[in-house]
Parts: sequence; structure tokens; C-alpha cells
Amino acid sequence: MTLDPQVLLVIGGMALVTALPRILPLVLLSRFTLPRWLMRWLAYIPVAVLASLLARELVIPEGRLLGLANNLGLWATVPTLAVALLTRNLMATVLTGIAAMALLRALVG
Amino acid sequence: MTWEAPAGFVAGVRAAAPVVLGYLPLGFAFGVLARTGGLSVLEIALMSLLVYAGSAQFIGAGMLAAGDPAGAIVSTTFLVNLRHLLMSAALAPSFRGIRPAVGALLGFELTDETFAVAAAHLQGRPADPWWMAGLNLTSQAAWLLASVAGGIFGQAIPDTRALGLDFALPAMFVALLVLQLGPQEDRRGRGVRLRVALAAGVLTVAAGLLIPGRWNVILAAVAAAALGVWWER
Repeated sequence: MTLDPQVLLVIGGMALVTALPRILPLVLLSRFTLPRWLMRWLAYIPVAVLASLLARELVIPEGRLLGLANNLGLWATVPTLAVALLTRNLMATVLTGIAAMALLRALVG
Repeated sequence: MTWEAPAGFVAGVRAAAPVVLGYLPLGFAFGVLARTGGLSVLEIALMSLLVYAGSAQFIGAGMLAAGDPAGAIVSTTFLVNLRHLLMSAALAPSFRGIRPAVGALLGFELTDETFAVAAAHLQGRPADPWWMAGLNLTSQAAWLLASVAGGIFGQAIPDTRALGLDFALPAMFVALLVLQLGPQEDRRGRGVRLRVALAAGVLTVAAGLLIPGRWNVILAAVAAAALGVWWER
């Protein structure tokens, strides 16, 4: 059981910025509305963040471009993405990704 | 003298059943992924207790594993979770008779899923705080216990790399991303969201190569989401 001070700081910060938008409208009892463009922009944030993290992980994990041939993550993404699109099932997708990566490691090393 | 739970609380616990069914496997997956990503079981428990937000916890664990700066992780979490503002505001009329301190406690456990159940149940009528507490506490208990169980399970796996488990988090991002694209029938919406995802990917790589530091993810996401607003007009 370890508790890293840096991780604790991050969790505390995440907790604060998550709690405030959840709590404030209920405490202030206000039915305020956000500008339409802001609501539209917020709706695109999760898609954009997930795609950004994935691109970094697959293409520039160490801050440099990773070659195509030895990029196991990129190859493992092909069956993972296919299963995600076909089943829309979180568990099936994750298990496919794990199996694909294990298989690639066993084959390529 | 024995304490008997108010009827509203029991009804709220029952109403949480569909949320619990969804949270058990997802919370377990979070625990396993966060553990293999380097978080301790205690840190996993704290995150599920204090943050309690599905996608943001996966994203946070991934960014912690990648060694991102605290500021980048917290601001990304803020943007991803800001949508709760709309749900909280939508429930506010039902909370008029409830004390602010109680409202704050109930709002703390507001998620996409508990909002959906509560909004369907309330239909704008005044909320019973006991019912809300039953729904909220049951849902978060399921999430917390499942993620701790997943963390303990993840700890027992000897060689996560050989088993391909280090790819579980990217695979989860693929799955969440595909779900975020929305239903097949909404072709126009999917088209714009797909373009936003591609733009975010390209911008992340470009920013990552050009700008020092590790703020490229949030910068690219902010810009790509803005492009989405532009494209949908």
C-alpha cells in the first residue's frame, strides 16, 4: 500500500475540479444556461481527449515518431478497433487488445 | 432501539440496480488497468472515492502512467467532467426544498448514469434526499468495491507485459472513443465527431513533436473540439 505525494496531489486536484461543476448548481439552486457554442464545444471534449491520448500512445510514445514496422501498439490497434466498431462492447474490445498484444509479443518478441 | 432505513432510501437502493450492473465490470476493469499502469490499490481506492468519474479516471490513470504534469492531468479532467454542470443544473429545480449542505453531498456523487436514473424518476418533481442518497451511495459503493477488487487482481498478475496487459488502457481508449462517436443512425453527428477525433490525433502528434513539455494532449483536444463546433455549423 503506497501513496505517492505527487499522485495524491493529482487525485486531490481531479476531485476538486470534478466536484465543483457537480455541486454548484444544486447548492445555488440556479437553472443557469451556458452559451450554446460552449455546450457544443464541451460535447466534443471527450472524443478529442481520447483520440489525443491514443495518438500519443501509438505514434509518439517517447516524444519521437515511432516506426511502423516495430510499432506493436499500432498493429494491435487494428483488431481492437475492428472489434470495437463491430460489437460496441467495452470488455470484448479490451480483451481483444490484450490478446492481440500478447500474440504480437510472442511472435515478434 | 433499532434504526430502520427510511422507505425512500430503500427505494433509492433498488433504483440503483441497473447502474450497479454497469459499474461492477467497468470498475473492475479500471482497477486492473490502473494497477498495471502503476497506481497502488490505495491510490485506486482514493480515486474512486474522491473523483468517482468513469472516463476521467481511465484518462487520469493513463496520463499518470505516461508521466504527465499534474496541471495537465487536472485541467484535462476539468474539461472532461465539466458536462456534469448541465446535469446538476437540470436537477436543481427538484432540489429547491433541500438544504444546501445536503444538496452538495448529493451532487458530489452525480454521474452520467445516476443522473439518467434520477432524471427519469423525478421528472421535475421535488427530490426525496433519502431516495437520492440510496441511489448515490449504492452506485458509488459498487464502483469503489469493484475498482479495489480489480486493483488487487491486477497486483496478482506477475508479468503484465508478456500478457499484453500494458495494452489494456489504449484498448479501453479505443473502446470509449468508438462509443463516443455515437449511434450508427446519427450519420452527420458521427461524421463530425470522427473528424474531431482525427484532427485531435494529428494535432497531438504535431504539437508533441514541435512543442516541448507534455501539454500537447490538452492543447490538441481543445483545438480539435473547437474545430468540431466550426464544422457542425
